[in-house]
Amino acid sequence: MKEPKISPPREHKVARRSFLKGAALGSVALALPSRDADASIWDAFFQKHFREMNDKELKKVLKRLEQEYAEKYGVDIDISANKPLSGVLFGYGLDLSRCIGCRRCVYACVGENNQSRDPQIQWITVLRFKKGDKWVNDLENADKYYNPDKVPEEGYFYMPTQCQQCENPPCVSACPTQATWKEDDGIIVVDYNWCIGCRYCMAACPYGARHFNWTGPGIPKDEINTKTHYLGNRPRYHGIVEKCTFCIQRTRNTPGRYPACVEICPVGARKFGNMLDPKSEIRYCIENKRIFRLKEDLNTYPKFFYFFAT
Amino acid sequence: MMDQIKHFFIALKQIVKGSRGYYIWIGILGFFMLLGWSTYVIQLKRGLIVTAMRDQVSWGFYLSNFTFLVGVAAAAVLLVIPAYIYNFKPIKEIVLFSEMLAIAAIFMCIMFIMVDLGRPDRVWHLFPFFGTMNFPSSLLAWDVLVLNGYLVLNIAVVFYVMYRIAHNMEYSMAVVKPLVILSIPWAISIHTVTAFLYNGLPARSFWNASILAPRFLASAFCSGPALMIIIFQVLRKISDLEIEDSAISKIAELIAYAMGFNLFLFGAEMFKEFYSGTAQLAPFQYLYFGLHGYHGLVPWLWTALIFNLIAFFLFLSPRARNNVVTLNMACVLVIIGVYIEKGMGLVVPGFIPGTLGEIYEYFPTHSEIFVSLGVWATGALLYTLMLKVAIPIYTGRLRFARGAATVGESAAIRGSVTSAEL
Ligand code: SF4
Ligand code: SF4
Repeated sequence: MKEPKISPPREHKVARRSFLKGAALGSVALALPSRDADASIWDAFFQKHFREMNDKELKKVLKRLEQEYAEKYGVDIDISANKPLSGVLFGYGLDLSRCIGCRRCVYACVGENNQSRDPQIQWITVLRFKKGDKWVNDLENADKYYNPDKVPEEGYFYMPTQCQQCENPPCVSACPTQATWKEDDGIIVVDYNWCIGCRYCMAACPYGARHFNWTGPGIPKDEINTKTHYLGNRPRYHGIVEKCTFCIQRTRNTPGRYPACVEICPVGARKFGNMLDPKSEIRYCIENKRIFRLKEDLNTYPKFFYFFAT
Repeated sequence: MMDQIKHFFIALKQIVKGSRGYYIWIGILGFFMLLGWSTYVIQLKRGLIVTAMRDQVSWGFYLSNFTFLVGVAAAAVLLVIPAYIYNFKPIKEIVLFSEMLAIAAIFMCIMFIMVDLGRPDRVWHLFPFFGTMNFPSSLLAWDVLVLNGYLVLNIAVVFYVMYRIAHNMEYSMAVVKPLVILSIPWAISIHTVTAFLYNGLPARSFWNASILAPRFLASAFCSGPALMIIIFQVLRKISDLEIEDSAISKIAELIAYAMGFNLFLFGAEMFKEFYSGTAQLAPFQYLYFGLHGYHGLVPWLWTALIFNLIAFFLFLSPRARNNVVTLNMACVLVIIGVYIEKGMGLVVPGFIPGTLGEIYEYFPTHSEIFVSLGVWATGALLYTLMLKVAIPIYTGRLRFARGAATVGESAAIRGSVTSAEL
């Protein structure tokens, strides 16, 4: 089996295009009535792709977005846009022999990442399997709506899934607008202001990891996590796609910090770290445990490793 | 400039004035457009939650209709081949009208994509130069390009020919022929790219079968021409357009071959899936027999299969296809059969069971059906208006010659001028 190759950062062939676009959009903007139109509506409409903005533009956009959120949710939300650190490639480990299927990770994730409560959106799905059933490549017997009084249940085992942060992500090649891409630290992100909501990436993802805002998200004001990242947990809009980002607002802004799901897991089934650091825990797991990845036959090379510690 | 304005008003008058039947037809279309577009406004406000689509089945009725209509648009080429390559005259005369149908179909395709988008306001992100089109990686980007190219190509041919005729000028085959020849591979490409859109997703085993694109083409070559046969018969009833029986019979014969091929490919796919019986069988099982107690699509798919089979035999028999009743019956059966098979029967099972093994039974909501009816009505209106101007030009009743526009005076290109009104 080939090792996952770490691809060079995607080049941004945007200089010429930006210019053309600037010129074209500029002329459109001139043609539009601007007298009584609220300037920020036009700014929002013509907002550029995240990767095409320079620092100054980005700052302006962040400020406008913070204002918009303040108006909409009535709380001050802080949006960072930190770039990936060099020499970092995040990887995730999940010890299946420990997981008890309690779903604490699911709810910690919902809270940390401002997922819609109504309608419910959850980035983590815990699958339950009957012992002895098919489960490695064929998930037809998976039950995601199990609801016992107590876990773990006799005769069952659990396999949490979420975005596998594929090194070779089919969702990214599918997206017609480049609204989703792989960052240099390996995290697959979505620009919520660029996504057109075509949902092609959802059809392409083999892990059911992408979720759509079928209507505007419903989050109680006092439950909003105000420490956010542009590409991560800032509140989303109706009509766009979202997914797990390895808690980019934590792991990138405070190097060494764990994602919420890792932190909450009561049995320590979840591991996380920099795969390029030879002394990291995730490296240890990869080198010493019998790891496998989901649907390996699809050659997506997830950076999400399942293993059995015992 | 003055001429242009004058011509515009002539065309406008042609559209506004019509028989009682014409007004009733426009009224019906207007009603469905109103219904559809008002429902769409609600969808815009509340989001796609008014549809039955969810994370598990993230594409549904809109994309089904889109897929079917790409087939209709592509099928225009089936008439172009005998008309221009083999010089089969009866079809050559009417090929323009099937190209207009292609134009209307592509417009409907674009509308179906638009109503399916979560953020139609951002659609420009998808355009080359303005946005950040993910070309060549994303098949959806390819689809945008080939569909729009096909649209431009067909508009160019139709407009050129109509313009020349309307001004009492001969149209030059040196101009038309290369465009038409180009439109043949192009038609195949729009349908192939649309098939690849689904085909290129290894996450969805149901679509990830190499037989998908050939089956797409084969079924398109059944439903598209069948639709045209019906439309042609209606046109020659209500207008002075002459369409020879031999043209219709030829098209029917072509459908028979296409359907035969389609059924063969279907059989090949069924054999592979059911005989090997791997886990990839699940979507087929869901379609034809039901899976884990879910069988929402089973009756539909069997209907489609039976309809297609009956139609195949009707088209195959020269006696049946030369008889008005059986011919039209066969056409209707094929249209319904392919509509089910290529629409819901193709899009939905790609998601069932889902990538995490979940089964979510999808069935379109009222909103989805209303919006879709609105799109169909808009397309039908567009086609009607095109015909309303094009037919009188074609039959010689309408001319924009040399500034002074005359109706029904100029030398008719195709003989008799009757007073029949569309
Ligand atoms: S798991 Fe799905 S969403 Fe995540 S990177 Fe892979 S294909 Fe994309
Ligand atoms: S839904 Fe958004 S992120 Fe997904 S493919 Fe479409 S534009 Fe790209």
